[in-house]
Amino acid sequence: MAAAPGGHRRISEKNDKPKDTKYVLRGLWYYVSHYRVHLIIAILLTLGSNIFALIGPMLSGLAIDSIEPGEGMVIFEKVFYYAKWMVLFYIASSILSYILSILMIRLSQKIVQKMREDVFTKLVELPISYFDKHQVGDIISKFSYDIDTINTSLSSDVIQICASTITVVGSLLMMIIISPTLVLVMLVTIPLSLLYTRYMARKVRPLFRRRSAKLGELNGFVEEMVSGQMTIKAYAAENAVIKRFDNINKETVDAHYKAEYYGSMTGPTVNFINNLSLSLITVFGAILFLVGRMSLGNISSFVQYSRKFSGPINETANIISELQSAMAAAERVFKLMEESPELPDKEDAVELTDIEGNVNLEGVSFGYLRDRIIIKNLFLHAIPGSLTAIVGPTGAGKTTIINLLMRFYDIWDGNIYVDGNETRDVTRKSLRKSYAMVLQDTWMFSGSIFDNIAYGKEDATMEEVVEAAKMAGIHSYIRRLPDGYKTIINEDGMNISKGQKQLLTIARAMLLDAKMLILDEATSNVDTRTELKIQKAMRRLMEDKTCFVIAHRLSTIQGADNILVIDQGDIVEQGTHKELMDKKGFYYKLYHSQFE
Amino acid sequence: MKRVFAYLKPYYFRMSIGLTIKVLGTFMDLGLPWVLAFIIDDIIPFNRINLILLWGLVMIALSIGARTFNVIANRMAAKVARDTTEALRHDLFQKILSLSGKQLNYFTVPSLEARMTTDTYNIHHMIGMMQRIGVRAPIILIGGIIITSTLEPVLTLILVAVLPFLSIIVYIVSKKGIPLYTKLQETTDRMTRVVRENITGVRVIKALSKGKYEKDRFFTVNQDVVDKEIEAGTLMAVTNPTMNFLLNMGLTLVVVVGAYRVDGGASEPGKIVAFLSYFMIMLHAVMAITRVFIVLSRATASAIRIEEVLDTEEDLEEMDIEPRKSDYHIEFENVSFSYATEPCITDVSFGIKKGESLGVIGSTGSGKTTLIHLLMRFYDVASGSIRIKGEDIRSLDKQALRKKFGVTFQNDVLFADTIYENINLGRGLTLEQAKDATVDAQAASFISEYEERLDFKLAIRGSNLSGGQKQRLLISRALAGNPEILILDDSSSALDYKTDSMLRKAISEKHKDTTSIIIAQRISSVMKLDNILVLEDGQMAGYGNHEELLETCDVYQEIYQSQFEA
Repeated sequence: MAAAPGGHRRISEKNDKPKDTKYVLRGLWYYVSHYRVHLIIAILLTLGSNIFALIGPMLSGLAIDSIEPGEGMVIFEKVFYYAKWMVLFYIASSILSYILSILMIRLSQKIVQKMREDVFTKLVELPISYFDKHQVGDIISKFSYDIDTINTSLSSDVIQICASTITVVGSLLMMIIISPTLVLVMLVTIPLSLLYTRYMARKVRPLFRRRSAKLGELNGFVEEMVSGQMTIKAYAAENAVIKRFDNINKETVDAHYKAEYYGSMTGPTVNFINNLSLSLITVFGAILFLVGRMSLGNISSFVQYSRKFSGPINETANIISELQSAMAAAERVFKLMEESPELPDKEDAVELTDIEGNVNLEGVSFGYLRDRIIIKNLFLHAIPGSLTAIVGPTGAGKTTIINLLMRFYDIWDGNIYVDGNETRDVTRKSLRKSYAMVLQDTWMFSGSIFDNIAYGKEDATMEEVVEAAKMAGIHSYIRRLPDGYKTIINEDGMNISKGQKQLLTIARAMLLDAKMLILDEATSNVDTRTELKIQKAMRRLMEDKTCFVIAHRLSTIQGADNILVIDQGDIVEQGTHKELMDKKGFYYKLYHSQFE
Repeated sequence: MKRVFAYLKPYYFRMSIGLTIKVLGTFMDLGLPWVLAFIIDDIIPFNRINLILLWGLVMIALSIGARTFNVIANRMAAKVARDTTEALRHDLFQKILSLSGKQLNYFTVPSLEARMTTDTYNIHHMIGMMQRIGVRAPIILIGGIIITSTLEPVLTLILVAVLPFLSIIVYIVSKKGIPLYTKLQETTDRMTRVVRENITGVRVIKALSKGKYEKDRFFTVNQDVVDKEIEAGTLMAVTNPTMNFLLNMGLTLVVVVGAYRVDGGASEPGKIVAFLSYFMIMLHAVMAITRVFIVLSRATASAIRIEEVLDTEEDLEEMDIEPRKSDYHIEFENVSFSYATEPCITDVSFGIKKGESLGVIGSTGSGKTTLIHLLMRFYDVASGSIRIKGEDIRSLDKQALRKKFGVTFQNDVLFADTIYENINLGRGLTLEQAKDATVDAQAASFISEYEERLDFKLAIRGSNLSGGQKQRLLISRALAGNPEILILDDSSSALDYKTDSMLRKAISEKHKDTTSIIIAQRISSVMKLDNILVLEDGQMAGYGNHEELLETCDVYQEIYQSQFEA
């Protein structure tokens, strides 16, 4: 299947032409150059193995010439001589090509490994804004589809090109040596091959692209429907959904069929061109033989060379398109590596140590987009042990404050101080470590419950973890699980409920030695009773720590030392519960809508 | 692989016709060297060029015939692959939609998606390839033996002798290769998972400065993938050189043995040339086998994963249970249930009448959502019974049962479709009905801001809506079509208090006949309902209206105090 995706290819609807070839080649060379020696050996092996393979037909032709005299006249001495060499060359060729395969697998895997490591390292260094702007699937496909494509191309195409060149040049040379006249036959078959290749490229490429696009559509549909399976069942909409699925499915298999309809012509056509050249060689060879300008052995060798010769030419189109998509994939990978990482810490950045928890925002301004400021000249002072509450309707921009406190984003103007240290003058690591954080999306990774709780504290003991779980009120639940703390949380944490995940992240935060705490709507997924328990424990644990809490529930923030009321990105009011109620403003209205 | 191959059964006839055409085409391919030998040994001695040209034309005719037949056969194969895959995918999708909650948890959603897409694609690819290329090598080998035996039976024996060795290699490599590729696939999945986790958890990872730890985690799994890939690749690398070697040895043997035969007058040199040509054809055919291998082993792993789903038996069957008379619309009687070993719901009993409303409140993990899953029969009760109008829900047709409900789950999904279709969900509601529902659900105001109104297209998972908008749309879906029973599971948490209270008002005023169950965190969401069920650790901690519970139920009092008197 010439134009079909090779074994490792995944399905993608990506465009497959690189924009800047030089740039991509430079990037690829960087990786390949690490293994220059390997590559040179590989190319030498290719040369060797292919040249040895090329000698075979020559020897067999010579042997046949020794047989040709016929009955009783066979020159056995020569036949054995050539046969011996044939065996040797074929053995050598097989051994070399085996070593070559092994070498190439290792080489390409090393390169791919390094590339994946680099991409991942880059990913770890990228600022939050990159992840806010790019889709998960998009980033993942760089690891799977793109790097795989490069891998396939590196491991097969490079060698294939070398091998093809040698075979084409070598066979042509051999054929010319045997009979320059008979080579003229190639004047028929080569243009035929080229014409066919061009025709196929033009005809089939769009069909394969369409096949990928349709498959992508099917993927999307299935992903949506499977994740909404319970809803579909609840509304007994199975039949309607299956009907829609059948349509998309039909389109997908049809697109596949259409691509194959043309694509599957390649094999037989390549064979046809081979057969045609065999026919022509036979006829003209026989005539030349009659005239006495060619021996039987010559015809035999020539036939074999002509088969070797036409193979690579037919593969060219295939290799070129594979190379192109590999280049395009490499370009996407390198583009990611070029993204600017988080600004490095200042050279003289200090470690935040012995933190008291004094947080001070002075005249802070910030916006996500260059031309849209959303926090203007904010002043906020949180003393150690105080509770700052941030309230406002959904989507009002409450998480922005958190992004700034943690330095996920850098502020435009003003200063943020922790214990009097401007946060941009301290190391990010020590700044972030000074906060414990419980976020709205309760993130768990596939690992044991113990690992998930102990995530923030490397050397945490079982006792500490159990203690934290107890304080978060999740210990008894964990204990009841068949494997207790060793229970593995599976993909997407689907085997535990949202509330339990929430409690686990709270336990994780409890284990940290932080002086400041951030709760990002964390309590809104836990019912109030559980929340009350948690808050009691939290209070006990963080008695002299600074807390920033984002919540809908007004009851939990009434006791706050300071309340920030946010609407549409702006801080509209600031003060204690009593002050804000007396003011009869936005907060007052928000509070009263609860009891209507 | 058996279950998957069973899908080929309806196409056996078409496949055998295709195979016959393929065999014919391949024999024409193989006829060429035969003619070659004939020309050399029998025509040349006549010394007549026009005879040579004539036989040359025969060769060209054979070439054209071979191409035509092979192309036809390939296209038939592609058609069979298409139809098989279509049927397989349809059944798999249907099966996935019918899986119970328990089965869904077992497989997990991402894994089902992969089975539905990548795995069926692998099967499609394999079925096509096996018919096109997979059968070619055996036909050529066997056909070669048949044709060459008419030329030179003794030399053919060499060819026959090579065959067992080739089969042994095929057998060993495929036997060992398939498990290796299955393992490789698993490891690759694990790597993707680590990447995904790193993207979704980027804030936590950065907050805790775990970059180094995550890098180590990734490097380990990356190393694993590389190791597995090298292992599989090293095995596969054996195939081509050894097959090449075997065939080339056969070729050399033909030359040597041929020399004796010619010397003894039993054969002619032209036949040896023809034999060498056969070996070249076989070499090409056998080379393609490596590729078939990789495709086949990958498809086998895929087939196992697909079959695992297809073989899952429906675990919620209709039962024959006598209905009984009842005043209640919905009735739970001593219901107990557990997901695994720990009891999740223990001895819950209550009844609500038509048009009444029930609030369910309780702490996380107390079993609120489970009650709904039991009522809609996503799971079966372990003991006790649930009845609707006196009929045990296990005796009802599942679809008919579920049609009674309008429901919004926790974290319910929106589809990438129009607002109307998201409300309709294939139920055939009128535009008017959908519109009314959006008014009641307080969604009309934001929908009217879109130019397309109900035709506004949502992005995947409704990501172009805010959390509150999504919830209001989901509630519209539940309210549309005036369901007999309305269920809202924690579906107003992202609404501000004002919208929430207006929603409650609309439901109580406009949907009087609807029996409703509302699960909530806030007491304010349930305090005005007819009945409130307080759950604690899967058991009933209280049942009654707001006033009664304030008097009698400790747990309820505690929740009330935490929300109103903090």
